[in-house]
Amino acid sequence: MNDIGLHILVYGYGNPGRGDDGLGPALVEALEPLGAAGLTCESDYQLAVEDAASLAKYDVVVFVDADMSGPEPFWFDRVKPSRELSFSSHSATPGQVVGLAREMFGAEVKAYALGIRGYRFGELGDSLSEPARANLALALAFAQRAVREQHFDEYTRQFGVDSGRGCACDPQPEA
Amino acid sequence: MSVIKRVVIEPVTRVEGHGKVTVLLDEAGKVVQARLHVVEFRGFERFIQGRLFWEVPVLVQRLCGICPVSHHLAAAKAMDIIVGGEKLTPTAEKLRRLMHYGQMYQSHALHFFHLASPDLLFGFDADPAIRNVIGVAAKYPDLAVQAVMMRKYGQEIIKATAGKKIHGTGAIPGGVNKNLSLAERDVLLKDVDQQMTWAKSAVKIAREYTTAHLKELLPFGSFDSNHLSLVRADGAMDLYDGNLRAVDAQGKKIFDQVDYQKYVDLIAEDVRDWSYMKFPFIKKLGPESGWYRVGPLARLNTADFIDTPAAEAARKEFRAVTGGRTNNVTMAYHWARMIELLHSMEKIQALLHDKDLQGNDLVVKGQRREEGVGVIEAPRGTLFHHYRVDKNDQVVMGNLIVSTTHNNEPMNRAVTKVAQDHLSGVEITEGLLNRIEVAIRAYDPCLSCATHALGQMALDVSVVDPEGKVLSEKSRG
Repeated sequence: MNDIGLHILVYGYGNPGRGDDGLGPALVEALEPLGAAGLTCESDYQLAVEDAASLAKYDVVVFVDADMSGPEPFWFDRVKPSRELSFSSHSATPGQVVGLAREMFGAEVKAYALGIRGYRFGELGDSLSEPARANLALALAFAQRAVREQHFDEYTRQFGVDSGRGCACDPQPEA
Repeated sequence: MSVIKRVVIEPVTRVEGHGKVTVLLDEAGKVVQARLHVVEFRGFERFIQGRLFWEVPVLVQRLCGICPVSHHLAAAKAMDIIVGGEKLTPTAEKLRRLMHYGQMYQSHALHFFHLASPDLLFGFDADPAIRNVIGVAAKYPDLAVQAVMMRKYGQEIIKATAGKKIHGTGAIPGGVNKNLSLAERDVLLKDVDQQMTWAKSAVKIAREYTTAHLKELLPFGSFDSNHLSLVRADGAMDLYDGNLRAVDAQGKKIFDQVDYQKYVDLIAEDVRDWSYMKFPFIKKLGPESGWYRVGPLARLNTADFIDTPAAEAARKEFRAVTGGRTNNVTMAYHWARMIELLHSMEKIQALLHDKDLQGNDLVVKGQRREEGVGVIEAPRGTLFHHYRVDKNDQVVMGNLIVSTTHNNEPMNRAVTKVAQDHLSGVEITEGLLNRIEVAIRAYDPCLSCATHALGQMALDVSVVDPEGKVLSEKSRG
């Protein structure tokens, strides 16, 4: 239960029709029915610029995505607002969305990324791979605890990726 | 003519998915041809076999996270034929149209303001550090916020009509599975006047940019071509339905008002050994001269008129630039795209005041068939879905021709033209690099049917000789 009234958005993104790429939406689908106070769950195929407007009304946002090469079973880290060169496509990274939310809407939201290790990407298919399912179960237990206890910065020290590591979520950990 | 050097640019930024450009030079160092390599995804046809046909409008959305609505509706239209339900009820057709115009509106807004506008507002030669959407947000904050809110509005329409963002189920064979409630309608009506104002201002920006830079833009990546799209029976632009029309570079009709169920009689696909993506062409003209463009520019060229007043006025201004003749200017895609954005908003506004959207007659069925084709004018151009279904309701054949595939040859021609005009020696300058990207971006290609790219794409450029030796390299991002 969210005891201190933070408004938290958990945003899972990825394509459930592309194997383990659907880990983000799968976590949100499992987390939402638990109905924690102050928790809003959203999912989409990908992040996009309009998400910057949505972020502004939350205190905390947690982006959830599949990771092709990160630590198993998952990692959790801060998302630093990005002023990267450009959007490379119609989709955006968490850092870019947070950067735009600050730039355009004055959002003070604290942003984190939860990366769940996946193994099978790119091929059309309905289901997650078995190892990805196991990682999802552990990530879901963590997400439930995180939403309830809300020690987000502490979790980044426990589960953060090393600075400079490449990952699907482009979390750009703060120094 | 022997080819002695290759200039390779990969991947192309600010387009969907991955692309790589190879510029082929002859012995004199002159550009012979440019090739845009795309790794097209071809697994869908196999994946869809054996699936129950009514699942298909949902399944096809997994092809692409960029334009799931277009695939959803094209597949639903094909399945309408299968169930004999092509004569939709007014509620069903208007709901689908509302969904489609919402998709068109958000896609065009995003492309123009967030992908193309940095080039237009800051110039092709501006520092890449500011020539991006963050730069636009810093220098033109109101415009950047406006663009985000336009995109968001279109997405809200999709959510209200499709039911949810991922794997929406709004369109089903023979109709839709829900209407638009009054509460949903009122939420959308609240902002529609503001959106209309912004849509009109977007056309103004595109028109003023194009006319002010006409001398520079006229030759930029431009060439004569055929154009293809759906048009309504009376010749009006129709983004959701109609018959096929193709015109040549002078506007002469190649074919007109052909039922798209017979598309295989008109269009074939050429295969080239250097590309995974096919090259569609009009059969009777052959692969050499039968290739064509699709998308906003083509639609402005094929349609006799637009049936909404503001967009029609804008169309007349657009056609006046080329003296009423066919417009073959690649960079005119942007202006055409904004005219379609305005047309979509006019349609959205009218539909939201239409009580049929609250109707309850949602589905029709008729004579069962075993084959159906669905065609829609997606944001990037004409999209074909073709299926055969057996007596057990299982799909036995699926064939898709997506918009970016139709534009394969034109994109290659555009890159070739830019390379011929701007490549000097083998050095890939920032200016050349960006001009190649600008030419490809004009088509708003979506390559993510091919790949699902995670993370930021870098831009790496290298010049190699026939033996693979790297002569020079350049990276961005």
